[in-house]
Amino acid sequence: MLLEVRGLRKVYQGKERQVEAIRDLTFGVDAGDLVCLVGPSGCGKTTLLKCVAGLLNPTSGDVLLDGRRVSGPPPGMAVVFQEYGRSLFPWMSVRDNVELPLRQKKLPRARRRSMVDDALSSVGLGDTHDAYPWQLSGGMQQRVAIARAVAYQPNVLLMDEPFAAVDAQTRADLEDLIRDLWHKLGVTILFVTHDIDEAVYLGQRVIVLSSSPTVVREDVDIDLPDARDQLHTRAGNRFTELRTHIYAQIQAAKRESTPGSTDAARDTHLAKQVLQ
Amino acid sequence: MRIVLRIVLAVALPAVLFTVWWLATAGSTNFYLPPLREILRIFPDVWTGERLRTDVLPSLLRLAGGYTLAVVAGIALGVLVGGNRTVRAVLEPVLEFFRAIPPPVLVPVIMLFAGIGDTMKVVVIAAGCVWPILLNTVEGVRAVDSVLADTCRSYRITGPARLRHLVLRGASPQIAAGMRQALSIGIILMVISEMFAASNGLGFAIVQFQRGFAIPDMWSGILLLGLIGLVLSLLFRLVESRALAWYHGLRRVQRGS
Ligand SMILES: Nc1ncnc2c1ncn2[C@@H]1O[C@H](COP(=O)(O)OP(=O)(O)OP(=O)(O)O)[C@@H](O)[C@H]1O
Ligand SMILES: [Mg+2]
Repeated sequence: MLLEVRGLRKVYQGKERQVEAIRDLTFGVDAGDLVCLVGPSGCGKTTLLKCVAGLLNPTSGDVLLDGRRVSGPPPGMAVVFQEYGRSLFPWMSVRDNVELPLRQKKLPRARRRSMVDDALSSVGLGDTHDAYPWQLSGGMQQRVAIARAVAYQPNVLLMDEPFAAVDAQTRADLEDLIRDLWHKLGVTILFVTHDIDEAVYLGQRVIVLSSSPTVVREDVDIDLPDARDQLHTRAGNRFTELRTHIYAQIQAAKRESTPGSTDAARDTHLAKQVLQ
Repeated sequence: MRIVLRIVLAVALPAVLFTVWWLATAGSTNFYLPPLREILRIFPDVWTGERLRTDVLPSLLRLAGGYTLAVVAGIALGVLVGGNRTVRAVLEPVLEFFRAIPPPVLVPVIMLFAGIGDTMKVVVIAAGCVWPILLNTVEGVRAVDSVLADTCRSYRITGPARLRHLVLRGASPQIAAGMRQALSIGIILMVISEMFAASNGLGFAIVQFQRGFAIPDMWSGILLLGLIGLVLSLLFRLVESRALAWYHGLRRVQRGS
């Protein structure tokens, strides 16, 4: 197993406020897997990804990569952040943004240039090299961030709702791009999304998180054929079954956190309010 | 067309003020308020000859030296303080205290240590200019976007590369604001330090004129100081608008125009 999350718990310690973002998460990802994470908004998906990326220290539990405990950002890992607009350097051109991590890898200049060009054209941004990121639309910025991660050629790629700001057509193209890259590069991908269809279409596995206090609610194997395409895969029976199943799980997860649904749920909710 | 309009707008008020000054003093017989015409007439004679080399140039060199020193020290210290919470907690009250001291009182103090030569003047200018640069750099470094910082960490951009590509660039708008404040402080201190103890320089020359009752010459010195300040601040604006083109563009986009 390449990536292991064991008994992960994360509590944000504010001044008066304590937020238990993640209660207890345990799962593993094999090398070369493409795993999607879905869960209600605010359930701690970003927090989980940051712990995996070594950007946050868990309150308890471990993240293991290749059997070693992650205590800081490990080499060969790229993250596409949810706040794409803030993750691009506004003082650098699109080209320099994509190139900067490659410079750290000490690659020769010509090689870097061609990697940047390839990555940008693979996300459909062949002619924006010299623009500043803030001159681009939200969707284009998001694609620059993806291109930067792709150009880096990571072993592990973490993506936090990377397609939230792009239109449906681009989104479909990018989904296919991700699966393509995954096939070609053999990279391990952990992909956070709030879009259930997307999770089923992309993933080999979908991990459904409960709402806060967060645990793994279900780990669904996506037994669709490996060759997927937007038209036929999404129209298939099995696809519909899977997405209906996951949809029901998430609805149930949300219901459990709404006050009044069950006594137990109300109690935890009240407890949370008291804590806050 | 727009650029013409902007130039007209920028020049309009100074032109009016000059005209008023000109007219109000045109027939002046007051010894202390000579006609502007008289001041302008002697201006080239006073400042273009020997004095350019013996007074204007030394003043400007001292300013350049002190200012450069302040910029280097202010940014270096600011990065250090801004990047480290413990250092900040310890130093911040002290820094605020020093910043609150009016810079001109530094002159007599620094004279005690550095004598009355050029060193003293450069040190005075540097000691006064460093505070706005330092404090603004600290603020700028602290305000570096957390997502960008995480991006750097996860791509393992550390050390000098991080300093260059993230910290300094991210703080550069604030640093520039500090440098602009420091520039006007620097000019003030340049003059004041030369008034206290000097054998040349702009401040020295103006005081000499005043003591020798060369009143039009004195006024012309003040005019020159104003001009120097204006030119320097225009130069600063020019460099800044180039270096921070990304920032002004970003701000325009964020304001949604
Ligand atoms: N830095 C922080 N300090 C305190 N609380 C935080 C912090 N970051 C997140 N939280 C809290 O932790 C919980 C989980 O947040 P997180 O951003 O991980 O959720 P998410 O699943 O990514 O949500 P979304 O789907 O909306 O992006 C939320 O209740 C949030 O308020
Ligand atoms: Mg999130």
